Amino acid sequence: MREITYAQALNEALRECMKEDERVILLGEDIGKYGGIFQVTAGLLHEFGDKRVIDTPISEAAFVGASVGAALTGMRPVAEIMFIDFTTVCMDMIINQMAKMHYMFGGRGKVPMVLRTNIGAGRGAAAQHSQSFHALYVHIPGLLVAAPSTPYDAKGLLTEAIKNENPVIFVEHKKLYVEKGPVPEESYSIPFGKADIKREGKDLTIVATHALVLRSLRAAEEVAKEGIDVEIIDPRTLTPLDKDTILKSVEKTGRLLVADEGHKTCGVAAEISAIVAEEGIYSLRAPVQRVCSPDTPVPFSPPLEQSYIPDEKNLIPAIRRLMEYT
Amino acid sequence: MKISKGKLFDLYAVMVKIRLFEDRIVDLYARGLVPGLAHLYIGEEAVAAGACAALRDDDYITSTHRGHGHVIAKGAELKLMMAELFGKKTGYCKGKGGSMHIADMKIGILGANGIAGGGLPIAVGAGLSAKWRGTDQVTVSFFGDDASNNGTFHESLNFASLHKLPVVFVCENNQYGISVHQKQHQPITDIAIRATSYDMPGVVVDGNDVIQVHEAVTKAVRRARAGEGPTLIECKTYRWRGHHEGDPNQGSRYRTKQEIEEWKKKDPVKRLAEKLLADKVVTKKKLEELEANILKEIEGAVAFANESEFPSQEELYEDVYVEG
Repeated sequence: MREITYAQALNEALRECMKEDERVILLGEDIGKYGGIFQVTAGLLHEFGDKRVIDTPISEAAFVGASVGAALTGMRPVAEIMFIDFTTVCMDMIINQMAKMHYMFGGRGKVPMVLRTNIGAGRGAAAQHSQSFHALYVHIPGLLVAAPSTPYDAKGLLTEAIKNENPVIFVEHKKLYVEKGPVPEESYSIPFGKADIKREGKDLTIVATHALVLRSLRAAEEVAKEGIDVEIIDPRTLTPLDKDTILKSVEKTGRLLVADEGHKTCGVAAEISAIVAEEGIYSLRAPVQRVCSPDTPVPFSPPLEQSYIPDEKNLIPAIRRLMEYT
Repeated sequence: MKISKGKLFDLYAVMVKIRLFEDRIVDLYARGLVPGLAHLYIGEEAVAAGACAALRDDDYITSTHRGHGHVIAKGAELKLMMAELFGKKTGYCKGKGGSMHIADMKIGILGANGIAGGGLPIAVGAGLSAKWRGTDQVTVSFFGDDASNNGTFHESLNFASLHKLPVVFVCENNQYGISVHQKQHQPITDIAIRATSYDMPGVVVDGNDVIQVHEAVTKAVRRARAGEGPTLIECKTYRWRGHHEGDPNQGSRYRTKQEIEEWKKKDPVKRLAEKLLADKVVTKKKLEELEANILKEIEGAVAFANESEFPSQEELYEDVYVEG
């Protein structure tokens, strides 16, 4: 199969959905001529015109709110917020409007829209362009939250997100945009709530999201040399979360490590750990380990930022600690 | 613009309906039958009635926390509203939204909104949507004076004007953002001047004169339908009750009785009734008949709400997501 990047896979999903359904329109900052800050919308303005690919003013509340209004009245908008950090300036539109309307109106009206954004440190962009607070949206009922880790998942999940009847926060990872992987040329959807086993193993389960999937795969290869056989579960969507696949894996391995780039406190890893504590504690033979970002803002200085980013340097010792329990 | 006699009577009927509905809520709230919050529209009826009368059924509105008047004027059914206010499963939102969240997509009510300024971007989206879908639907967005200090106001007016969207921004300047007088929340007197920054017409009208409101909104709607872009209309008005029904003595902590009495003299409903009688559009008897019919409808709505059931426990978990 041909290989394309994560950004190209997303671009392909957008293009295919726009071709198939004229209700799909894009709004965001610099998504037109510039092609999006990470080139996810490259070429789409040229192909679909400025009525369907709209470069918005720096007015996040207006264009996310407008997406809500457009979705309520029959469109399928896909809004891009350049960095998840910037979603803070339109939180009302996301949390009070987009997420709540279907419930608050007793099922009258629906908001089939996608808000694309990204997380991740590692580009020297400091504390306001590098955050990973996707857990915040997992906390809010009414939103679906997708978290693709590969080009294949990126295309299939975005296609599903656009076709879904619910509002979706589509959380990309900025360090993954250039990663390549096999992606079918035809259109396909990946259903939400179906985890993917990215590596099968019998000794230890890592539930990993986003870039931590790739980093866990590398760590697994490293510890395989010591005879440790790691299984890696990628939930792919955080809402809904495929608890069954996680619990089954833990039942098999008896050891759980949760790896997510959000802060450790009240993060995705905390939630998954709590689920296993509630529903699968008797499968565990070792305390749960979490590999996350520390509870600090993202620092600028490269050595500090490297230290901040959760990766193999944190994963490998955590794996070894878990293997001390027999 | 000449408003026909029939139209004037229709406007009056909507205003009386709003007034009597809200009067009934005062009583029901005091008796504990309407739980939670009730922000009443008494005193501002001419704005909703005048504005919505300029719209078609398939046009949209976004409303506010003080939304009963807007949705009644847009054609909402009183019994579904009343049941919603009672928290009953037969209400507009199955009892899950209450007073601040009444919505009905079928008649273009994109929701009352509990967040000041929350409706403006949504109205912009409905405007974009109409443009994309190639319809000539217009959206009216209602909001208060203090919401004009919110970022969403500025972002929305800018965006709507930039794309010449069919949106009419109707500011109900009732002088107060909860307890804070306009003089303490913005350095200007006429909010309509803010339209200049966004290159759209800005109009000030007497919000207690339904004819003025209706004429201004009709003109703005015509402009919007013709693809010429949005208009900002500021309606100067006043709420008679407190911010909500729990606000002690109709807001005595921040305004004087005298001020309230002065505004009551400008009662938009009475004013129109006097005009209708003076111009011999209707007889006193006809007005009494109208009132009796509306009261009957309201009593029917109260009975419906009373007899309806509360939602079952399972309904807590329904409609969080669209299934399937």
